[in-house]
Amino acid sequence: MSAKKLNLKDKYRLLTRDLDWEYSYADRKKAFPYEEFEGIKITDWSKWEDPFRLTMDAYWKYQAEKEKKLYAIFDAFAQNNGHLNVTDARYVNAIKIFLTGVSPLEYQAYQGYAHVGRQFGGAGARVACQMQSIDELRHVQTQIHAMSHYNKYFDGFQDWTHMHDRVWYLSVPKSFFDDARSAGPFEFLIAISFSFEYVLTNLLFVPFMSGAAHNGDMATCTFGFSAQSDEARHMTLGLEIIKFLLEQHEDNVPIVQKWIDKWFWRGTRLLSIVAMMMDYMLPNKVMSWKEAWEVYFEEAGGALFKDLARYGIRMPKFVETTEKEKEHISHQAWWIFYNYGHAAGFHTWIPSDEELDWLSEKYPDTFDKYYRPRWELARKMEAEGKRFYSQALPQLCTTCQIPMGFTEMDDPTQIAYRSSDYEGEKYHFCSDGCKHIFDEEPEKYVQSWLPVHQIYQGNCGGASVEEVLRDYYKLNLGADNLDIKGSPDEQRWKEWKGVA
Amino acid sequence: MSVRAITPDYKVQARDRVENFHGNQIVYVAWDHHLMFCAPFAYALPPSMTFAELRDQVMPEAFGLHEEFTKINWETATWLLDNQPFTPDLNQSLKAQGVGHKSVLRFQTPELTGFQGKAV
Repeated sequence: MSAKKLNLKDKYRLLTRDLDWEYSYADRKKAFPYEEFEGIKITDWSKWEDPFRLTMDAYWKYQAEKEKKLYAIFDAFAQNNGHLNVTDARYVNAIKIFLTGVSPLEYQAYQGYAHVGRQFGGAGARVACQMQSIDELRHVQTQIHAMSHYNKYFDGFQDWTHMHDRVWYLSVPKSFFDDARSAGPFEFLIAISFSFEYVLTNLLFVPFMSGAAHNGDMATCTFGFSAQSDEARHMTLGLEIIKFLLEQHEDNVPIVQKWIDKWFWRGTRLLSIVAMMMDYMLPNKVMSWKEAWEVYFEEAGGALFKDLARYGIRMPKFVETTEKEKEHISHQAWWIFYNYGHAAGFHTWIPSDEELDWLSEKYPDTFDKYYRPRWELARKMEAEGKRFYSQALPQLCTTCQIPMGFTEMDDPTQIAYRSSDYEGEKYHFCSDGCKHIFDEEPEKYVQSWLPVHQIYQGNCGGASVEEVLRDYYKLNLGADNLDIKGSPDEQRWKEWKGVA
Repeated sequence: MSVRAITPDYKVQARDRVENFHGNQIVYVAWDHHLMFCAPFAYALPPSMTFAELRDQVMPEAFGLHEEFTKINWETATWLLDNQPFTPDLNQSLKAQGVGHKSVLRFQTPELTGFQGKAV
């Protein structure tokens, strides 16, 4: 006699909330030691509304279906030499940044959600975080597979996990996630689920995935589609966590606001790499960074914060700075990489005539005035056979760890300098936002592993920059780094395409 | 403000204390309104180095890429040390004139306006 089949509602209850139990002989506080130290007050976990509405058995089935389709396309992509259909060898450099800078964050997200998925007292929140954790692991795996084909034909893909842990500019995304994961579980969710996945994720995924579509990269584009339904669930978790915290206790409001302020700013700094990708790295442009910011943050985010106003939540601090920054940061970020192209694990280049004109058109108030002259200088020097690379290491911001290349937004000819003194030491920042984050939690950021200082402390191998790049970062010098002009990537591309 | 930590009396040592730099100190140097250089440079220098050594032996390698570098009139160039007006003494050590660990030195050359006069 077989057991009666459960109806959906019962099955859902049994496989989610019913996994919890009452603590009769153990101390509940000891079982969930992370739940109180952040100052968040939870009065009733049963008010948590499950954002995913999925049970594990349905989840496996559903993801397995997607996986089958995804891998069929990866196979077809490889068998048909899909890499030959991308617009240009330059495009692949955007994917190198994705693999070394973003995919490892998916892995960090997997670890982060697995951790908080153990630490919440409420079973609903635990189950949601555990499912997202598995999603994130799946994302990192499928991204590796999607991009592995390029590793056979292009430089710079070979040692991405090693690079993520060590290379100077990758400390920007790495430290972002280290910061979130070393916070308490509630801050982690506000940081990643709300501020990143809900408020800013469209600015990461849409540009990369539409960028892939516009540039003939079927593998990455297909991964994007496959991850889309997961991302939608993740956004729902982001919205649920914030509403839940704000409805549980009014004392949570200022704490949550502080986290939104911090993680919004951390997020905008992290996205400067996406900004330069959109404006400079895609041979076929999707839209300018400024346009993307207006559509995905100013319009969509504006509506969201209007909704949250009834809880006493206001727009993130420094949002008015971002209104000015959207005119500048992509240009300033790509210039940093052009300056330090000898130390990057991907190629850099000067925009073409057409691209310079596109930039002038998209940035009529700033490009010709401030940024075209930089590229004209670069061109002049290149024409004289003196493609220049900076000959000394840059100063870094203590908080975001980006070289101090961002200017005053009201005076774009002047680098912005901010600093704080803490226990007799000086600390430097690129912006009011990064200084504010430090001043709120100095104990955390005095530990920043700043790559430039680490090199000078002798913790990154050899004494010369070349030794650090070759032995500690494991870059294949002369292949992975330097300008795309004259690179092996460019040479192979020309051979495949039959151009001299 | 201070961090909320799960460990009581959470205390850590700063990672970039001067004693971790093997006798050197970090000094940042920037040429204002010359954005050919995307960011200030970070140098690890002995505190006993004289200002003349910094200016004439250390700085030219990186700053010398700019075509205006050799045109600088150091007699009229102005300096800021940690955001305060500063007159360097070429023969004194960095330390003796207050250039400390993680100090920022900026210099201005108003007559040199950068590539195309555009602060590049």
